[in-house]
Amino acid sequence: MCRLVAITSDTPVSPMTALNALDVMREGHDGSGVGLFLRDLGGPLEEMKDEPILSGIFTEPGIKRLDSYMINMGFLTKYKITIKVPKVPPPGVPRRDMYLIRAYEYPEEWEELSREEKEARLVGIRLTLQEMGRENKDMIVFSFWPDTIMIKEIGDPLAVGKYLELGNEKLNARIIMAQGRQNTNYAIDLYACHPFFIQGFSTMTNGENTAFVPIRQYLRSRAEPGYTGFYSDSEVFVHILHYTLKHLGLGVEAYKHVITPLQDGDLESHPNGEFLKHLKRTCRKLIIDGPNCVIGVLPDNTMFMAQDRKKLRPGVVGGNPGTYVFSSEVCGLDYILPDRDKASDFQPMHLDTAVVNPDRREVSICRQMQRLPRLH
Amino acid sequence: MQTNAEITASTLSIKDLPWQIAWSMEKCTLCGSCTAVCPVNAIEPAVFRKRTVEAAINASLRPVSGFKIYYGVRQRTDPAYRCVGCGMCAMVCPNDAIMPYRSDEPDKLRFHLNRGGQAQRRGGRRNSPGGLLDQIKFTRISMLTDPALDAGRHEFELRTLLGRILPPEENMKRLREHGWIPPVREIYPLIIGGMSFGALSPTMWEGLQMGIAYLNEEMGMPVRISTGEGGCPPRLLRSRFLRYVILQIASGYFGWDEIIHAIPEMKVDPCAIEIKYGQGAKPGDGGLLMWHKVNRLIAAIRGVPMGVNLPSPPTHQTKYSIEEAVAKMIQSMSMAWRFRVPVYPKISGTSTALAVLNNLTRNPYAAGLAIDGEDGGTGAAYNVSLDHMGHPIASCLRDCYLNLVQLGQQNEIPLFAGGGIGKSGNLAANAAALIMLGASGVQVGKYVMQAAAGCLGSETGRCNICNIGLCPKGITSQDPRLYRRLDPEDVAQRIVDMYVSFDTELRKIVAPLGRSTSLPIGMSDALGISDKAAADRLRISYVV
Repeated sequence: MCRLVAITSDTPVSPMTALNALDVMREGHDGSGVGLFLRDLGGPLEEMKDEPILSGIFTEPGIKRLDSYMINMGFLTKYKITIKVPKVPPPGVPRRDMYLIRAYEYPEEWEELSREEKEARLVGIRLTLQEMGRENKDMIVFSFWPDTIMIKEIGDPLAVGKYLELGNEKLNARIIMAQGRQNTNYAIDLYACHPFFIQGFSTMTNGENTAFVPIRQYLRSRAEPGYTGFYSDSEVFVHILHYTLKHLGLGVEAYKHVITPLQDGDLESHPNGEFLKHLKRTCRKLIIDGPNCVIGVLPDNTMFMAQDRKKLRPGVVGGNPGTYVFSSEVCGLDYILPDRDKASDFQPMHLDTAVVNPDRREVSICRQMQRLPRLH
Repeated sequence: MQTNAEITASTLSIKDLPWQIAWSMEKCTLCGSCTAVCPVNAIEPAVFRKRTVEAAINASLRPVSGFKIYYGVRQRTDPAYRCVGCGMCAMVCPNDAIMPYRSDEPDKLRFHLNRGGQAQRRGGRRNSPGGLLDQIKFTRISMLTDPALDAGRHEFELRTLLGRILPPEENMKRLREHGWIPPVREIYPLIIGGMSFGALSPTMWEGLQMGIAYLNEEMGMPVRISTGEGGCPPRLLRSRFLRYVILQIASGYFGWDEIIHAIPEMKVDPCAIEIKYGQGAKPGDGGLLMWHKVNRLIAAIRGVPMGVNLPSPPTHQTKYSIEEAVAKMIQSMSMAWRFRVPVYPKISGTSTALAVLNNLTRNPYAAGLAIDGEDGGTGAAYNVSLDHMGHPIASCLRDCYLNLVQLGQQNEIPLFAGGGIGKSGNLAANAAALIMLGASGVQVGKYVMQAAAGCLGSETGRCNICNIGLCPKGITSQDPRLYRRLDPEDVAQRIVDMYVSFDTELRKIVAPLGRSTSLPIGMSDALGISDKAAADRLRISYVV
């Protein structure tokens, strides 16, 4: 079982805080990998909220190919955070040439483009770079999106963090998601490390999605180029989230109705029963199964946690106005916020989605039996 | 005693028959039950004469020859009265004095079952036991990260959808704009397939309907039953129980005059309309109800004269192509119930199933596709059709599902598979395998007759006389002397037993796979088989 921790805070936090929290929960992960997602960035990148940031791992030839590709596309480097790595990596961590975090200026001809078109093109570039990297095994690209940094590496989370000097003052963010990986079904592949990302949406999961294969088949046929990869059975969670909000135009409170719909008896008495019945039927292929605790972030920096239908995984949300932490174990939360009001900690149950809005004032709970907000 | 047995080209001895009656003179009480119950008069009371020779101890006296007679049971060898192996004689014998045994070698009878040029017809299904479905195993047991699900205590959602599902975006749009959204029924994935009123006896039909009503109303299991092509009793058409019934229309349109006229008086809509284009047991052949079974009641419900053979044409006569037939029939039937009832075709398994399916994907009114494989049963068909025609269900269904996946319509047109499910008794395992290969649900008929009414038929040529109305259990007979043997209450009780135990077994299969929130349709990663070629063909794991 993997370990998860996510922080949303008014003041930027170092990713090492999250990695230390993972270390507190270390019985639950085998040090086979770590994934970090940073959003609402602080430090020097705070000034570049709209510029897309490319995060990935490159070899020397890979970086040359990247540069020629990006120059060709008309992208100019605006800022980069250099990660200097010592010559000898810690045990279990592979030696890499370069970890890249680089903000680009949009090509001039993109200025006229609509937001949707820009977003679609950014996904296209990320997929192309991933494909190029797979061909020559010289690039691994995690994200290419404004105000977003992703770092993933094989190895013990804390050891990787220290090795990459993630405590450096340039690297901090108001939203951090981190996963300590427990390798299970699938071979260790960096693309299989959580969190997963598509167009501003990101999720990480603690569990096993036993309905993975039919869901993957369905997502692949949705004519959305970003629904690809599927290196992990948990990757579909972010795609379903994207599909629910972007394609169906629903809110985060509907997400749980898609992945774990109510049973028919409950739908009968639900104020939105008719609508939810249709949602359940039409999105039947997106129903997840197995034990899962999903933590996610929306493009507007809303953070949430939802559980599987039977609530077979742990998960807790706690904090004070201004800072909230989502964690798979209470000890992770205790490490980051020892002085919070523990009485208001909340463990979402099988019908709940715990949501912290971008203003970070409170944890609001959407229960599946409640009326949905009016559709726009 | 026959002293001068005729020996001709067609003379058969008991040795030449597939079933031989063993009768014990020591045990027999001469009660006559066996000869009375034999549905085909294969045994008859007989008088046997036996020579006796009595030799005295005193050698000077000459041995005396005499004659004795005894009474017993004789097996007839005329093909018209051949033993069908049903074993009713053994069932009724108070002393276990009689039993049919299968011949130790292939029979010679098979070469003579065409007297007068009449090819053999029978009921039952393909005489070939076992099959691929029994070889499929569920191999993806969720061991590493899962707390195991509890089949007995956890909540399971094992229902399926019958009806056309729109793509989510389109459905949302129509919901907003109050457009027409195709009707969808949420049902139990094990459907009782089409067995007509006529093919089945009134008591069997009544028992099935009672069982279904009980399952729905007392057990909360939304089980549905197809009528088959034979209409529907008028009172059922006008009752609230019609919602549990799938009305079938086939090329003979039997009973549809009654149904159409009942529409204005229907209290509820039927579950769905099934348009039968083909049947797995006899692909390319229409339905057949032989004259033996067309009595007054059947004739009245079907709207035909009594005592005539009722062969439905192989095709829907008013149409000239399957595309046209499917499109027009679906539209007419939808219109009859004002687009409130799902309408779907049923075809026999065939290598051309994909063509039909592709037509359906472009037809916005098509509510699904039922495919009946080669092991499907029938009340009456030519033996050659039963044994040699048709397509196995597994690969046919799988191809169709993967085709839908490619089109991105795998949640839009549900596929229902039938034909040989539970043939070896493994109902839940076979059904689950087909669901994981891509079926939204399965249809069973023969299994229901065996489990709920004690059908004696087998895939090794036992009984199989459903066609001539002599069913010794009264399941497929229209003769009151026979069907009174079947108590509808017992049938209803057994249907409930069958469904409740099936449900438990299905949970016992899906729980270890980590599935409970939805029916695992298309979860092919859970399946494995030790036959490499089959694994490749079905695109499942090869496991040894």
